Formats: sequence, C-alpha cells, structure tokens
Amino acid sequence: MSSRARLYSTGIFALGIVAVGLGVSNPYEQQLLTIIGIHTLLALGLNMLMGYAGQISLGHAAFFGLGAYGTGIFTTHFQWSPWASLPVVLVTSCLVGYAIGRPILRLSGYYLAMGTLGLGIIAHVIFREWDTFTGGASGLVGIPPLVVGRLVLGLGRTGFFAVWATVVLFFVLCGRLVDSRIGRALRALGDSPGAAAASGIHTAHLKAVIFSFSAVMAALAGYLYAHLLGFISPSSFDFLMSIRMVTMVVIGGMASIWGSLLGASVITLLPEWLHVFSDYEMMAYGLILMVVMIFLPQGLTRGVLDAFQRARTLRGAASS
Amino acid sequence: MLIVRNLRAGYGRIEALHGVSLSVRQGEIVAIVGANGAGKSTLLKTIAGLIVPWHGEVLFQDRPLAGRKPPEIVAAGIGLVPEGRWLFPPMSVLDNVRLGAYLRLRRGDKEAVREDLDRVFELFPILAERRKQPAGSLSGGEQQMLAIARALMSRPKLLLLDEPSTGLAPLLVEKIFETLVQLNGEGITFLVVEQNARAALAVATRGYVLETGRMVLQGRAQELLEDQEVKRAYLGKDYREFAEGRAR
Ligand SMILES: Nc1ncnc2c1ncn2[C@@H]1O[C@H](COP(=O)(O)OP(=O)(O)OP(=O)(O)O)[C@@H](O)[C@H]1O
Ligand SMILES: [Mg+2]
Repeated sequence: MSSRARLYSTGIFALGIVAVGLGVSNPYEQQLLTIIGIHTLLALGLNMLMGYAGQISLGHAAFFGLGAYGTGIFTTHFQWSPWASLPVVLVTSCLVGYAIGRPILRLSGYYLAMGTLGLGIIAHVIFREWDTFTGGASGLVGIPPLVVGRLVLGLGRTGFFAVWATVVLFFVLCGRLVDSRIGRALRALGDSPGAAAASGIHTAHLKAVIFSFSAVMAALAGYLYAHLLGFISPSSFDFLMSIRMVTMVVIGGMASIWGSLLGASVITLLPEWLHVFSDYEMMAYGLILMVVMIFLPQGLTRGVLDAFQRARTLRGAASS
Repeated sequence: MLIVRNLRAGYGRIEALHGVSLSVRQGEIVAIVGANGAGKSTLLKTIAGLIVPWHGEVLFQDRPLAGRKPPEIVAAGIGLVPEGRWLFPPMSVLDNVRLGAYLRLRRGDKEAVREDLDRVFELFPILAERRKQPAGSLSGGEQQMLAIARALMSRPKLLLLDEPSTGLAPLLVEKIFETLVQLNGEGITFLVVEQNARAALAVATRGYVLETGRMVLQGRAQELLEDQEVKRAYLGKDYREFAEGRAR
C-alpha cells in the first residue's frame, strides 16, 4: 500500500474508533470491544511472525501471560506503580523473546510447531504452579488499574480508548515495518529462507528479532488486560489461547494487517453470537472455521476482497 | 582473488566434496563443468556460506571466509545466483531486486542503491517493464535475469553462477552469457558452474572439471574444449568420433 493510502485508511480507522467509542454506551458492548482490541494486538503481533516471516508459534499465550503476570506480580507483591512496571515488562519480554526465539527458530515446520507448543505448556505450568507469586490456579487478584491524571482506566469507555489508541499506534508501526527494507526481508524469509540467506539476510537473527517483536506486542496486550480487568488466572493463558491467536491470524488473513483486526473480531464475537446454539455452540464454532478455511483458504480479508473484485468485473462485463 | 584449498563438505554424514581446490584470479571468467550430482552446487553454496565446510580453506582477497555466515560473505563481495534461481515468487520484481541490496541499504547507501537499480534495469529492460509484476509470473529466462539482477545489487566483486542456462532456449542462453561477458568487461569476476559445458567454456578464460566431488581436470578453456575426455563426457560428441580419435 502506498504511504498516502495507508495514511488515509489509518485516519478513517481512527475516526471510526472515536465514533464507536463515543457511540457505544452499553457496558457489555464496551467490554467486548475492548477485548477485541486486545485480541487485535495479539493477532497483529503474531501475524508479523506467521504471515510475513512464515514462522509458526503455537505458544504465544506464554508472552501474553508474561506481560499480564509480570505486571501483576510487580504491582501486587512489590507495590510498583503500573507505569513503572510497563517498561520493565516490555524490555523483559523483548529479551526473553529473543533469547527463546534464537534457538527455537532453528526449527522449522512441524518441529517448530512442537517446540513452541512446549514453550506455551511450560509457561502455563509456571503460571499455575508458582503459587507464591502467581496465586496458582485461583489467579492473581487486586491488580491496580492504570491511572492517567485523575482518570482511572477501567473496562468501560476509558479502557476502550486506551486499548484502541494502542492498536492504532501498532497499525501505523507495523504498516511502516511491512513496507520497509525489513518488511521485504521478512517476506523473503517466509518465501524462501535459502534465497534470503543468499541475499545476505542474517536469517537466524531476523527470525529471532521478529519473534521478539511479536512477544513484546503480546506482552503489551497482557499488560493492558491485567490492569483493565484487575484479575488474571492461568486459564486465560493456556494452550487454547495460543490456538485462538493462531486462528485469528489464519481466519483473518496471513500477512494482512487489516486481517488481524477482522480475525480478532470474528474469533472474539463468534462465541458470543453462538450462545443461541447453547449445547451445540462449540460445534457451530468449529463448523464455521472449517467452512471458512475450505472456501476462503486465504482468510476472510482476501476472500472478501476477491469477491468484491469479481463482482466489479462481472458488473463491468454486464454493462459493456 | 579466490583461493579454495582442499575443501570438504557434505550433507548429514555424506561427503559431497572430497577435498576440492581451485583458484580464480581477478577479472577472469572461470567455468566448472561436471555431470549431475558432481557437487557443483554444493561447492558454490559452500563458498557462499550456505553450507558450512567440514575442512579446508576459502580465501577471498586474502581473507579467510570458510565457515563464515552468508551476510559476511556477501558483504565481502561475493554474490551468488543460486541454482533454480531461488526467487521470491509472490513479491514484485522490484522488491526482488531491492532485496539484493539488503546489506547496503542497512548501511544506508540509499543513493548508490537507487543508481544501481537504474543500471540493472537498463541492463535488463524487460525487467523494468515488469517491475510491478510478481516474480513468479515471469518466464524462465526473465527469472534468470532477475536472479542475476538481484545478485548484482550487492555490488559483488566475484559472482558465483549456478547453471544459468538451465531450462533456457539456446538463444537466451547466448544472451545470458553475452551479458556475463559484458559485466566481466565492467570489472566483475565470474565463477560459473554449468552442465552446458560448451556455452560456459566458450566465454571462460579457464575451466575445471568436477567429477563426484573431485577436481579431475583443469586448464585453459580452449584446451578443455579440445580435450577428448571432456568432449566425450560433456560436449556430447558421439562415441564413434571419440573412438576414432583414440585409434589414431
Ligand atoms: N540437500 C541435500 N541433502 C543430501 N544430499 C544432497 C543434498 N543436495 C545435494 N546432495 C548430494 O550431494 C551430491 C552433490 O550434489 P550437488 O547438488 O552439489 O550436485 P550438482 O553437481 O550441482 O548436480 P546438478 O548438476 O544436478 O545440479 C549429490 O550426490 C547429491 O545427491
Ligand atoms: Mg547443481
């Protein structure tokens, strides 16, 4: 996308957010939209790794949890201010992401999937079993909210704006990244690691860097989640969460920034809408995922764009 | 310029190069010919750092490079046009070419890179026409040009080419080799690996024959072209002519 087109679309997106933020006053809907924003951050970060660099991670909930538990522990056990724990959480996730990414991304394909799966499981076990700090299976309560001046950020309108402002920031950041030299190198890496190396790209380092970047985004999402909810428990950071993240990326569309938003929205809203099926909810959910993947293997974004394109050419052919 | 001494390398536990030595002098075009599986690609990949050698030396302008990582080798001035072209098919022609300048852009050589882009597109006008098209949609010949264009963007002093003639019509093969000679005139040294021995030796100054991981013959290109063994094995002369040569 050209930088001007990106500027316009970002502007419209930001305006849309403001409109929705001011328009929606039902607390349940505000909460849902805030969660969608957090999930969008997760999906976008993972999409950088999966969609662009072509490396899968089935354990990214670990970093979501690292951010949430990290700030949770600093602020409840050590009485840090949430603002003090923010840089510490981000830097830690960056370093941990790189340190884990460097060796684990020597694997590829199924082996990488297994390796990252293991990472997610280990992290989940730590969250659940390290009672003294994490509160064990019953979770960590009393995490203080973020305070800006006299404004306390909660799950309502304030939280909505905090989360979606972060989303817009990362849309801009990732958009620029994708269009840059590094973005090209990432796509090259995803297309053909051998050719990327032959072009002088330090593949092992670059893979670890992008893994670390996505880890930071997940940790930031976790940080916001912890402070907005005030309560976290290990079940929010388990294997299923990692799978949910992957599903958001795949359903929305790999290597698509807007796809991450779409994927996060669908995967978050679907279970809410499917309540009507009560007992058959999970079946309907699974079925929808299957149908989307069979008919739109490139994800919803590509699928919808292609359908739009086809409709236009059809109409063009009909009118001429 | 390039000296390879007693290089051993392979895959897993299977050795594919059993102590290969060769040298390339500044300004030369050196051809390596050999049959399928002789180890030609393995040799180039090892020089380019994509395969870590088990033993032996690679000296480039007196710098030891054996076991170094590809970015360092590219930065030192060795470019590789890999076998099968190894492009990035979904990415545009322009992005493919730009990727060749990855390291230079990291250093911030923006201006020089832009100039080189123009030069490369001048060299291959057909690529300029298709700069927005995905690389995967190009014809075989255009893809080969793109692979060479990409490698040129790193400003190599020595360019390694792995079977540039594969799958191309004779006329295109000629065109590619002509380009090679032109670039050689502009100061780039070449090490070309080919099964099409005739085409490669025709433009080369010197040549080597690689057989199952060993250099079995070397000499001036002209000599090799006239060598009976080489004729029989690589130039597709029929056996009778060879036998007559022997009988005489
Ligand atoms: N990735 C690999 N894994 C295992 N063995 C390999 C691999 N690549 C090549 N080999 C083996 O190494 C030897 C040399 O292969 P290489 O590709 O270097 O030959 P080549 O001379 O380039 O052949 P060609 O003309 O067919 O390209 C062969 O015996 C081949 O089977
Ligand atoms: Mg080969």
